[in-house]
Amino acid sequence: MSTSGASRSDDYESVLSGSSKDVASFERKRSWLENVQHLLHSHPSLVPLIVLAASIIIFGLYLGSRFMSAFALTLILQQVAIVGIVGAAQSLVILIAGIELSVGAIMVLSSVVMGQMAMNVGLPAPVAILIGFGVGALCGTINGFLVAWVKLPPFIVTLGTWQIFLATNFLYSANETIRSQAIEQEAPLLQFFGESIHLGGAVLTFGVIAMVLLVLGLAYALNNTAWGRHVYAVGDDADAAELSGVQVKRTILSVYILAGVICAFAGWVLIGRLGSVSPTSGQFTNIESITAVVIGGISLFGGRGSILGMLFGALIVGVFNLGLRIVGTDPQWTYMLIGFLIIGAVAVDQWIRRASA
Amino acid sequence: MSSTAYRAMLFAGAAMACFALAAPAQAQDKTTACLVTKTDTNPFFVKMKEGAQQKAEELGIELQSYAGRIDGDNQSQVQAIESCIAAGASGILITPSDTKAIVDSVQKARDAGLLVIALDTPLDPVDAADATFATDNFVAGQLIGQWAKAKLGDEAENAKIAMLDLSEAQPTVDVLRDQGFLSGFGIDTVNENVIGDEEDSRVVCNDVTDGNEEGGRRAMENCLQKDPGINVVYTINEPAAAGAYEALKSVGKESDVLIVSVDGGCPGVKNIEDGVIGATSQQYPLLMASKGIEAIAAYAKDGTKPETTEGKNFTDTGVNLVTNEPVDGVESIDVSEGTDRCWG
Repeated sequence: MSTSGASRSDDYESVLSGSSKDVASFERKRSWLENVQHLLHSHPSLVPLIVLAASIIIFGLYLGSRFMSAFALTLILQQVAIVGIVGAAQSLVILIAGIELSVGAIMVLSSVVMGQMAMNVGLPAPVAILIGFGVGALCGTINGFLVAWVKLPPFIVTLGTWQIFLATNFLYSANETIRSQAIEQEAPLLQFFGESIHLGGAVLTFGVIAMVLLVLGLAYALNNTAWGRHVYAVGDDADAAELSGVQVKRTILSVYILAGVICAFAGWVLIGRLGSVSPTSGQFTNIESITAVVIGGISLFGGRGSILGMLFGALIVGVFNLGLRIVGTDPQWTYMLIGFLIIGAVAVDQWIRRASA
Repeated sequence: MSSTAYRAMLFAGAAMACFALAAPAQAQDKTTACLVTKTDTNPFFVKMKEGAQQKAEELGIELQSYAGRIDGDNQSQVQAIESCIAAGASGILITPSDTKAIVDSVQKARDAGLLVIALDTPLDPVDAADATFATDNFVAGQLIGQWAKAKLGDEAENAKIAMLDLSEAQPTVDVLRDQGFLSGFGIDTVNENVIGDEEDSRVVCNDVTDGNEEGGRRAMENCLQKDPGINVVYTINEPAAAGAYEALKSVGKESDVLIVSVDGGCPGVKNIEDGVIGATSQQYPLLMASKGIEAIAAYAKDGTKPETTEGKNFTDTGVNLVTNEPVDGVESIDVSEGTDRCWG
């Protein structure tokens, strides 16, 4: 109200009396889309969960009880168990901005070692299994050492070790399958994860239960332990993590070793599922596990995503596989849909990255 | 560069040139044969390679072995053929991964004067190779079809059959066994060159196994989900059969279902003894390979080409039905004879 008089023309302050006294801020109302973006940013496993629920509902409506039964839904879990476990290993490595192409090779090599030790060398089954785990840990150590200390790109390292481990597997086993019936007689412990519990129509193999427990355990470790925070920090920005006191090399090594051990565990579960020890199994598990991770919303650039999302990602692929086979379509349609999902998932990941934290 | 180092390099260069000149001369005085298999991990091909090596040593032939990385890897096989032509080989034994796509490369080899023999899997068309040494895969399928039908008796009319095939690409061996089984069982195959076009309601499911345990188990699970009443399972090979059995066992149906297969590998024959598989058609990879090497040796000597089995467009290396439960009207051998002749 500066109209009170010319004599007070130097009273600059009075002109402000009618203005807004708020401090400058960038707060504005979010659009609903931004709200969604924000929600997805804080809950990275939500997208795959929604896709999973939608695909189950659609197949369920279309196929009825052949698909929407406790039996069929738990069957999907059984079919996904191996990829889910290997996917957990893959998730850890991708979270530190690495990639593990040798997961399937470590799995099958460990399973072959377990089988050979128990059946042909004649060691007691628990010892044979431990040696198999040792092989997985050794493979992981090799990968981790080459990545962390020799500073080679993880893609190159595991591209190399993939072939080395697979070749070792074939040479060592002489491509001989150990039959299910022989294992059942001499070392039934190797088939332990093929056992199952029946709850009504639902059939849960020990392998499925192990997968779920493993994923939950890792989710806890990643979210609630110092190690878990280090894993995310290293994946997000290794230099920043180093400066803030994280032992980056050791964290990387620990992740590759743990991944190797998880793959060896997957090898044990694989024997349960197949009954036999077959050196030709699992050659494409690396691609399948990366697919589960990507559809599950874990960022390939590291540091972002939840391991639960990986499990949902693996289940989405499983739902498509079974659903489309019951419908009776050509399997190529499954591959095509999974391809769309992969690209869609990465697009969503890029979009979410732009959200304000 | 010091003069010693320079001289050493010059010497090395000269030595290499000498080797390069000497190598083709050596290849000339010893016949070279190539073996190109689908993979070198499948026991069937491992055995095939063994048979070829034995025969090659016996006849004083140099053998070069190549293989694809996985079943269906056509590219590696094309490279292998090119390498064989370059090496001045007299002949190639090949189990084609892609029976159509490899035809052009095979033609190149034949144009260069090599004898090309398809082993186990016929080319498409079959006369794209000079000869084919193989199991009659249609008969192999037919035998297990006839056996399954006889075993079921009157119930064959109400059978519910799952067909566990090899791959989406439907290679010839896949089609021949599948259609052979159906015709042996008395089911109209509609188009004999296509899998899965049958209209007979007894065929309730077709799925692919990639010929291994993992695929066999998954395919069987999918089929059971489609129709839990399945009581006959045709499988492309014994690893797929072993996987299917695990799936059946997990739902407690392993004793209600008749599984039949093709191959006659030692683990498969043992599975017949254990009642996992009812019957299998046994083929003889070692024989295919050793006959193939003999044919290349004969061709290198005086240009003779192998002859086909009478009434067939290929050279039949034989097939036997292996079962411990023989049925009337279908000739078979028992497990002990099957074990004597098994491979892998």
